[in-house]
Amino acid sequence: MSEDIIAALKENVIQGRKTIADEGIDEALSGKPGVVELTQSALDNNIPLETIIAQGLTAGMQVVGEKFATKEYFIPDMLASAEAVGAAMEILKPLLEASNIETKGKFVIATVKGDIHDIGKNIVAILLKGAGYEVDDLGVDVPTEKIVEVVRESKPQFLGLSALLTTTMLVMKEVVEALKKSGIRDKVKVLIGGAAVSDEYAREIGADAYCTDGFHAINVLDAFQKSGVQ
Amino acid sequence: MPREGILVRTPYERITDEQVQQIHHASMEILKDPGLISFNKEAAEIFHSNGADVTTVSSGNNPCWLVRIPEELVLSAVDSANKTVKLGARNLENILIMKGDEPRVFFITGSETNTWLDVDFQTYVRKSEPATEIRVPEFHPRRGTVADLCKSAHVCEHLQTVDGYIRTVNIQDKDITEDNKDVNKFFASLNNTTKHVMSGLTSLKQLDNVVRMAELIVGGKEQLKENPIISFITCLVKSPLQFVEDTTDTFIEVCRRGLPVVVSSSPQAGTSAPIKEAGIMAQINAEVLAGITLSQLVNKGTPVLYGSVPVRARMDTLGDSYGSVETSQYNIDCVQMARFYKIPNYSTSGVCDAKVPGQQSSIERLFSDLVVTLSGPQFLHCAYGLLDCNAIFCLLQAVLDDAHFQMIKFFLKPALIGEKEIAETLKQIREVVATPQKMYIRHIRSVMRSGEISSPYPFEGDLANDNVFALAYERMNELLAKPVEHIDSVTTSKIFQEIPGLLPRLNVYEERR
Amino acid sequence: MADDILKLIQENVIQGRITKDDEGFDDGMAGQPGVTELIETALAQKINPQDIISKGLTRGMAIVGEKFEAKQYFIPDMLASAQVVGAAMDILEPHLAGAGAKAKGKIIMATVKGDLHDIGKNIVSILLRGAGYTVKDLGNDIDTSTIVEAVREEKPQFLGLSALLISTMANMADVMQALKDAGLRDKVKVVIGGAPVSEEFAKSIGADGYGADGFGAIRVVESLFNANAA
Repeated sequence: MSEDIIAALKENVIQGRKTIADEGIDEALSGKPGVVELTQSALDNNIPLETIIAQGLTAGMQVVGEKFATKEYFIPDMLASAEAVGAAMEILKPLLEASNIETKGKFVIATVKGDIHDIGKNIVAILLKGAGYEVDDLGVDVPTEKIVEVVRESKPQFLGLSALLTTTMLVMKEVVEALKKSGIRDKVKVLIGGAAVSDEYAREIGADAYCTDGFHAINVLDAFQKSGVQ
Repeated sequence: MPREGILVRTPYERITDEQVQQIHHASMEILKDPGLISFNKEAAEIFHSNGADVTTVSSGNNPCWLVRIPEELVLSAVDSANKTVKLGARNLENILIMKGDEPRVFFITGSETNTWLDVDFQTYVRKSEPATEIRVPEFHPRRGTVADLCKSAHVCEHLQTVDGYIRTVNIQDKDITEDNKDVNKFFASLNNTTKHVMSGLTSLKQLDNVVRMAELIVGGKEQLKENPIISFITCLVKSPLQFVEDTTDTFIEVCRRGLPVVVSSSPQAGTSAPIKEAGIMAQINAEVLAGITLSQLVNKGTPVLYGSVPVRARMDTLGDSYGSVETSQYNIDCVQMARFYKIPNYSTSGVCDAKVPGQQSSIERLFSDLVVTLSGPQFLHCAYGLLDCNAIFCLLQAVLDDAHFQMIKFFLKPALIGEKEIAETLKQIREVVATPQKMYIRHIRSVMRSGEISSPYPFEGDLANDNVFALAYERMNELLAKPVEHIDSVTTSKIFQEIPGLLPRLNVYEERR
Repeated sequence: MADDILKLIQENVIQGRITKDDEGFDDGMAGQPGVTELIETALAQKINPQDIISKGLTRGMAIVGEKFEAKQYFIPDMLASAQVVGAAMDILEPHLAGAGAKAKGKIIMATVKGDLHDIGKNIVSILLRGAGYTVKDLGNDIDTSTIVEAVREEKPQFLGLSALLISTMANMADVMQALKDAGLRDKVKVVIGGAPVSEEFAKSIGADGYGADGFGAIRVVESLFNANAA
């Protein structure tokens, strides 16, 4: 029984079906429970959290990653799966906190003041959630003071800043300066992204990394993890 | 005499009249439900006071309003919007007259890119045969500057196929700030081309300075109304269905001044609009109509262009794919929608996915420039020199583009067949057939010089050598060396006295001294 | 008076006008006398035919050549002028014998048996006439025996053979063999041309020259003519 639920969970991650109402790639799954319902019934059946995450969600995402690498899957598929995992993590979050199991880390993300572009930022947020990070998305056009305050209050390991415009990319520098002034620059790794910015610009403003896209962001974060960021 | 553009006699239509109606009705539905979210308070108030259903909703950091626009409001705006829009020019022969119901196409450059692509040529020697050398172009990206902007306007001025100028490169010099960017980009453009200049605005605070600059050039407020040498493009709508706070401010202020403005919407099918054609069309049409409605509520009779920059998402990155065939399909659909409303259309083509000039860039650009032109938009943003979607500008590519612009414009010239031509050629046929050699070659001569014969590809190499890039590079340098008619010295010094923030190095008269 | 007429002849060669009905390169010339009318007038005024050729026709063609080099003129212009000179030579030829003058040389032109293509051959004929040669054009699809017969009868200095098809170029070799068999091979210089043939092919069949196009043909003929004269 438990094994069936975990297998179905993994399959539905691969299919990118968040709930019972979602289409998957395999039409036969229509009307059957999705990741959200299966996560709930896994909990109801007392399946351990570690098993749900490792053998259901993470194992499913791993297959998705392989399918993406072989070009069987495209970004929309990847996003659907990541979204499903994100939804499952939302359900598991309170239990995880209570049971002392550590998440991969907390990530605050925002599009800076003056910029209202959010497609890229939203994609990164979904992918990071799917990869097991705890993501706090502040939205678009977020004032610098607000970002600094959130970093101070919720103590994330990572801060992601997004900007599409050459005018608003300058605001990223402002955020880094403000973090310095508040004495919390060394408490958080700052990652930047968006069409206007570059590796060169990240160095110029003293950010820790530039990410070309969501997958690159995951790699960068995982590399930080390995090198022991805390 | 305004510029002629190219009249498309029977425009290509992709969608049927019935489908046009279906899209129209779907857009009207969308404007009522779900309506638009306005992050701009003034726009919400304007809609409210004109009978739209406006409710305050909260969203994240900023207050915003849900605006549901009734059909009558949209239709009366469509009715009052100008059906003919005049875009002026420093040289009166470069004025553009765009009529919503006449498929006369003008080719205009754009858009603003961050990266400028330099070209140089490296010489390589064949290993087995050191005497054989070839020159290979290399491309080097760097951040665009105001000097680059001057160059691109300069080349635009000299290309007969290009009818107007939208700034092609974002000026990122160290001494350019948000407070002086607009005046400098407009001055750099206006000073290097006598064609129409359109641009977006970085800061609303600069609007009056930019308008004042234009007034100084044409001789006053009234003269600018009569000959609007500048116009604006504002992306007031963020897809899906949102009015942005600051660009909507800019849009409202431009409308108040009665200068021509493009209501542009750029949804991406798959992310910010439905992936299906019916969906993105219903949505973009609703977005543009909402903008046009706002323009007419702010200032009835504001000259507006129905601006469409739809694009399909790439499946591998979810970035824009302007090179996709669907992007051209959406644009042609938009041309038909604008013509249905009889409002002149700003349409997009030529933007390619390719990152450097080459085969891919040529194929993508020629394809979309040709097919979208055939549908007869009035203002064709033909993307001269643009690469990597909207990210890179390469002047060499712009010079290469001129070659296919010539082909498209030549192709669309009306056929010269009439009684006079038939009579002339019958006489010719009888004469030639009676000669022993039966050749018509003598009769080529007058036609050859009348412009009736198209030119060969201008950058053709010899024998097996494809020297296209090297030849285009020569042509580019020739064009840059050929002087342009700058703004006269008296007006220039007035502009530099009155308009704050202009970089002294842009004053060609001071430079020469 | 004589100078004026020669000047007009020269000008009309440049303009490519055979008769008064022709348009020229410049507008507004139609209706004024063309080269044929001007030559009649010149002869009536007893101007020396040799002067008409050298001061009118040849000098005009020299200027046409310069304009062609400078890309001001294209092939149709060059051909029009060459046709003018050809028409002028037709009128002048009977007068030349009497005046003791001699044409530059005689050329027989033909497209070989089995081949109907004649645009290239016609262009070469016109250009050679324009350059002052007497050209006898046999036409196309000409039997080898007819060609040999014409060479025997007319005793031309040159024979031009044209073929467009790979299948008919072999007939050029037949002509060469037939000339040898008839004992005429050393009496005439043979120049070949046409899309499928080449310098190499000319050598292989024992022809004296190959012309890549009309101008190439003239160059070959001129150099053979000069070598012969020297």
